[in-house]
Amino acid sequence: MTDKLVTFEVNGQELQAEAGSMLIEATDAAGINIPRFCYHKKLSIAANCRMCLVEVEKVPKPLPACATPVTEGMKVYTRSPKALAAQKGTMEFLLINHPLDCPICDQGGECELQDVAIGYGRDVSRYSEGKRVVADKNIGPLIATDMTRCIHCTRCVRFGEEIAGIREMGATGRGEHMVIGTYIEKSVDSEMSGNIIDLCPVGALTSKPFRFNARAWELTQVEAIAPHDSLGSNLNLHLRGNKVMRVHPKDNESINETWISDRDRFSYEGLYSSDRLTSPMVKKGGEWKEVSWEMALEMAAASLKEIGDGDQIGTLISPTSTLEELYLAQKLMRGLGCNNIDSRLRQGDFRMDATQNSVHWLGSTLSDMDQMQTVFVVGGNIRKEQPILAHRLRKAALNGAKLHYLNPIQIDLNHSGEQDICTPGEMAGRLAAVAKAAGVKASGGAASLLNAAQADESAKQTAANLKAADGALVMLGAMAQAHPDYALLHTIAAALAEATGAQLSILPASANSVGAQLAGAVPHLQAGGSVADHAGLDTLQMLKMPRKGYLLLGVEPGRDFWNGSLSMSALQSADLVVAISAFRSPELEECADILLPMAIFTETSGTYVNAEGRWQQSRGVVRPQGESRPGWKILRVLGNLTDQAGFDYTDSQQIHDEIHQLCESATLDNKQAAPQNLEPQLSADGLLRGGDTPLYACDPLVRRATALQQTQDAGSDTIRLHPEEAARLGLDGSDTALVKQNGNQIDLPLQLDERIPQGCVWISTSLARTSTLGQPFGEVTVEKA
Amino acid sequence: MTVTVKDKTELFSPQICAEIDRWIAKYPAEWKQSAVMGALMIVQDDNGGWLTTELMDRVADYLDMPPIAVYEVATFYSMYELKPVGKHKICVCTNVSCMTNKSDLIVEHLEKKLGISFGEVTEDGRFSMKEVECLGACGGAPMMQIGKQYYENLTPEIVDAILEGLE
Amino acid sequence: MVNEVCLRTLDLERPWLMEQYQSRGGYEVLKQVLSEKRAPEDIIEEVKKSGLRGRGGAGFPTGLKWSFISRNAPGQKYVVCNSDEGEPGTFKDRDILRYNPHQLIEGMILAGYAIGATRGYNYIRGEFWEPYERFEQALQEAREAGFLGDNLLGSGFDFELHTHLGGGAYICGEETALLESIEGKKGQPRYKPPFPAHFGLYGRPTIINNTESLASIPMILEKGGEWFADIGVKNSGGSKLFSISGNINNPGVFEIPMGTPFSELLEMAGGMKDGRKIKAVIPGGSSAPVIPGEQMMDLNMDYDSIAGAGSMLGSGAVIVLDDTNCMVKTLERMSYFYHEESCGQCTPCREGTGWLYRVVHRIETGQGRQEDLDLLDDVADKISGKTICALGDAAALPVQGMLRHYRDEFQYHIDHKRCMVGAG
Repeated sequence: MTDKLVTFEVNGQELQAEAGSMLIEATDAAGINIPRFCYHKKLSIAANCRMCLVEVEKVPKPLPACATPVTEGMKVYTRSPKALAAQKGTMEFLLINHPLDCPICDQGGECELQDVAIGYGRDVSRYSEGKRVVADKNIGPLIATDMTRCIHCTRCVRFGEEIAGIREMGATGRGEHMVIGTYIEKSVDSEMSGNIIDLCPVGALTSKPFRFNARAWELTQVEAIAPHDSLGSNLNLHLRGNKVMRVHPKDNESINETWISDRDRFSYEGLYSSDRLTSPMVKKGGEWKEVSWEMALEMAAASLKEIGDGDQIGTLISPTSTLEELYLAQKLMRGLGCNNIDSRLRQGDFRMDATQNSVHWLGSTLSDMDQMQTVFVVGGNIRKEQPILAHRLRKAALNGAKLHYLNPIQIDLNHSGEQDICTPGEMAGRLAAVAKAAGVKASGGAASLLNAAQADESAKQTAANLKAADGALVMLGAMAQAHPDYALLHTIAAALAEATGAQLSILPASANSVGAQLAGAVPHLQAGGSVADHAGLDTLQMLKMPRKGYLLLGVEPGRDFWNGSLSMSALQSADLVVAISAFRSPELEECADILLPMAIFTETSGTYVNAEGRWQQSRGVVRPQGESRPGWKILRVLGNLTDQAGFDYTDSQQIHDEIHQLCESATLDNKQAAPQNLEPQLSADGLLRGGDTPLYACDPLVRRATALQQTQDAGSDTIRLHPEEAARLGLDGSDTALVKQNGNQIDLPLQLDERIPQGCVWISTSLARTSTLGQPFGEVTVEKA
Repeated sequence: MTVTVKDKTELFSPQICAEIDRWIAKYPAEWKQSAVMGALMIVQDDNGGWLTTELMDRVADYLDMPPIAVYEVATFYSMYELKPVGKHKICVCTNVSCMTNKSDLIVEHLEKKLGISFGEVTEDGRFSMKEVECLGACGGAPMMQIGKQYYENLTPEIVDAILEGLE
Repeated sequence: MVNEVCLRTLDLERPWLMEQYQSRGGYEVLKQVLSEKRAPEDIIEEVKKSGLRGRGGAGFPTGLKWSFISRNAPGQKYVVCNSDEGEPGTFKDRDILRYNPHQLIEGMILAGYAIGATRGYNYIRGEFWEPYERFEQALQEAREAGFLGDNLLGSGFDFELHTHLGGGAYICGEETALLESIEGKKGQPRYKPPFPAHFGLYGRPTIINNTESLASIPMILEKGGEWFADIGVKNSGGSKLFSISGNINNPGVFEIPMGTPFSELLEMAGGMKDGRKIKAVIPGGSSAPVIPGEQMMDLNMDYDSIAGAGSMLGSGAVIVLDDTNCMVKTLERMSYFYHEESCGQCTPCREGTGWLYRVVHRIETGQGRQEDLDLLDDVADKISGKTICALGDAAALPVQGMLRHYRDEFQYHIDHKRCMVGAG
């Protein structure tokens, strides 16, 4: 393909396009409509539906616009008698075996087949034979199938192969008997699977949670920003009245392209959980009582003030909160003399805070991700952390990039890549081996590890690929950040990046992980992202050295924390816990004294700063449920009630503008001085627990999205371990085992899994039962139940 | 440490593995998938003439293919059977040259003799019948194939003799 | 000039053996080409001169096809032989595989030499077990004799050749479906361009030729392109294998010069069975529109003569039907075939072939309606030329041909709800 422009004519209109590009791209760009079903700009060209046939001068047969390259001087007719005859012919064929059950079809009103049929179909069918009926398979809780409606465009099949990177759907059988589906009864497990609902031009694949809930024409569309991972994918919310009925992607080529993750698509279900906290409540004598807002706010303000010493308060804020909430919460608490503010609830080691003087970020723009030539992911299962980011890494891999992973578990990759797998205790050593291969000199906090490291072939290869690349990243994922020796991993990764010319990437975990740093919702940085005048305690310190009082914002004790049991015991022992929350939970009710119902995602306006530092604003588009109020309003009143100046906002835009001004000189930069004397905190010997936060366990909203919770990626309360490890522990043949960590114990089902390294047992965090244990990486014993 | 992966040689008997490997060797190393048709045929022959989903899954594992890609192949080509067939699968051509040479009489004769129709298996499992498209032996119409063998210029009497000669 | 090219060893006992083939000078031309290091361009030129056109049915000039490959482009190139003989009525390649496999092997090696390919695959339809075994045996002999492998006969030219077995799908006779099939996929044709000469097997430059075409190469190179061209007539060089079947006394494969009158071919095939009257001939495999018997008796077996009568020579598969045949029933069976064998990829073919079959079936079983004849014409027209590969056309052509010549017979079925054949 060349950049040369060619000039050609469509319906007498002169157009220009790059030589070799397809006709349909040019007509789409020029706003000339050619009907199509199989063509999709993000998928390979199949040219099988034959709907886009057009007449090209001097060519005897009609040609598919999707697969016909433009050439100089070409004359195209998209609506000539010959073109229309071909298009109408295809339409008739598509309809003979289509059930035409539009009145009961969820796609009705937004169906591409329906739309095109109006323009190109006939009113009476000439086909009088029996129509094809296809038996449906259950493909899981997210996608409903009515394959009798399928027109075999194969978009869903191509999506699996080309975008999701796992072939789950296929076209089995041949001819008229060809059936699109999974062939066997099997759930579709891609973390981006919901996109096939959008791709399907008919009602064959529709949203299961949305099924029969509304008709397309009853819905209004409003924009929003996804509030889970750090991408900030752009969404279109479809509302009926005051309710979010479903979520679709909004195209944004530089963020989510045309896709969204299943998490962003289906988490809206959690909004309507019966767990929603809908009125202010106060615990009196162990009983929860509904109270007025006025009373609740006054009590909260008074009790916080009553603690007197601000240092005796801990402030824990969800990193999925809006920028305005993060900012106001820290402003409120700093005003009360409390510097103990953190939003990094799942981080395992805060020793890097001491030298951090800038805002940590992805280290690259999202669109540059596709162009990376080498990416070395340390402690990350990106597909199951941030699916759309993983899609970009996959694109890089398909472009020929070398991807290397260092993890305490073998992960399922959907692209080519090398995996180095070791126990959690060996990770820093293995990373040091790569650094050593790259020529990093032993110095600073990681000196002893670097001295001891042996660079083997795989380490040398990783280092060489980093060095050779024009565009390389060393990326610290969620498992690295949850590691008790994150400071070591971070320090070595930074040195490795420096030695190889790669960028260090600190993958922000949540929707506002970057925003939280800019807002000062961390103990060591203040609003504007500069070093705090008075550094406070980090999350772990706040829990290890329990405070008298806590303010929680959008946080659920137990499940949102690195160490679930520690969070419970610290909060239970406090005199006062004020929780601003959208949801109730038994754990929260056990710990808290005052509950203030908060509006969340879709109900409140606010800003999200994504992994690459892009500020995106979302409006409140539905009324908050019950008496709940936007977080910024709650915090504003608490500011007023605690007699603080500067809390007189009348809308959230004012808060946004205030933060924006403070951030004018903020820099996103992962460079910092390496701390000295970093003693390893996790021993390399003995049985260790490994644990991830499952894709749908990450925040309170997702945990209440019922359909997502029925999928594989919801995770399970189990102990996974290598068969040989099970044998060594005398557990072969057992169904369950007793696991003990930090004095807590539970019995859990056992699952043999060859992907877990020996010397390690895998217990995911943040699940109903596992959150009663301790941290994801640490010493553990497992014995017969 | 490295994590052990499933030992592929445990998927099939050594003999079957060796036969599949012979097909794999014909194609470029990165195109193991090319051996899927050969592998399915070998596995089908070894399983009394038909493929179970489990066998297809094993072929997928053996060739590093997604299972759905194997199902696509197995359901596309007519020689793969996804339901049990008789020990002797009788494939009768009924296409034009055979039809005009009275293949219908051969079909009728077989149906009467075996008590089954196309797509069915005799109760004792010895025979099944299948209607097939042109097998490229029109000069010997009417014709049929049993197992790997072609039988041409059929008459009911010849059919009787052929069936009697089968084990 | 009978049996001069592909079947030239047919008179020998066990002609499939290496020694037998060599007793007729087999592999001599290969040895000569290799030892003289004959220029590949010369070989392609000679094939062009021969007028050899693709014997699988499409009739595309073989030499021209070869010249599309950029011989000096780096990387792997492939020669693929299409032995997926499946066009109803065709059974000639089976005889080449069974009786003269070495000549095919020699032809493929020469083709590889000409285009700079060092690997070849012969795609044999899965049902052809006996031909497959014969061909495999011949490959073994050729390997042992040093005609296959590295550094053939010390020439520095490498060539390896393997068989791929099909699994039962007519569509794999379409060249790009065949390539997909070798790649271990469903045989669904690829959209072209790109053509296989640029993007073929495994994405590499590839030539695909029919068995008969490739087996003709050694004789063309031995005796010269002109010699071959002169056997036939203008635009139809050489001799050709005709598979003749139907209601005739001596069906079989005949290798005769292009341009031979059909009447002579019929005579070679023993004439009409039971002395019945010839009613119709399908002259080039079931996709070729039918030609009434009387008209056919005046035609010659070459591309232009058959095309002039509104049909095509195709693969040279001649199905002769006598006056006991009902044309509705014949078309019903043919339409069923295309319906069965459509790959399912393109809408018009996937949906339209079933529609055609059902309408013809309805007429055949006495349920026809007056509007059905126009409907058949219209549906056939809507499939024709609208699909990725030629199967759509192949399904439409027999319908159009039958309605052109035998509309009255269809009309009779509709009017009387029974057949006119044997009714009178």
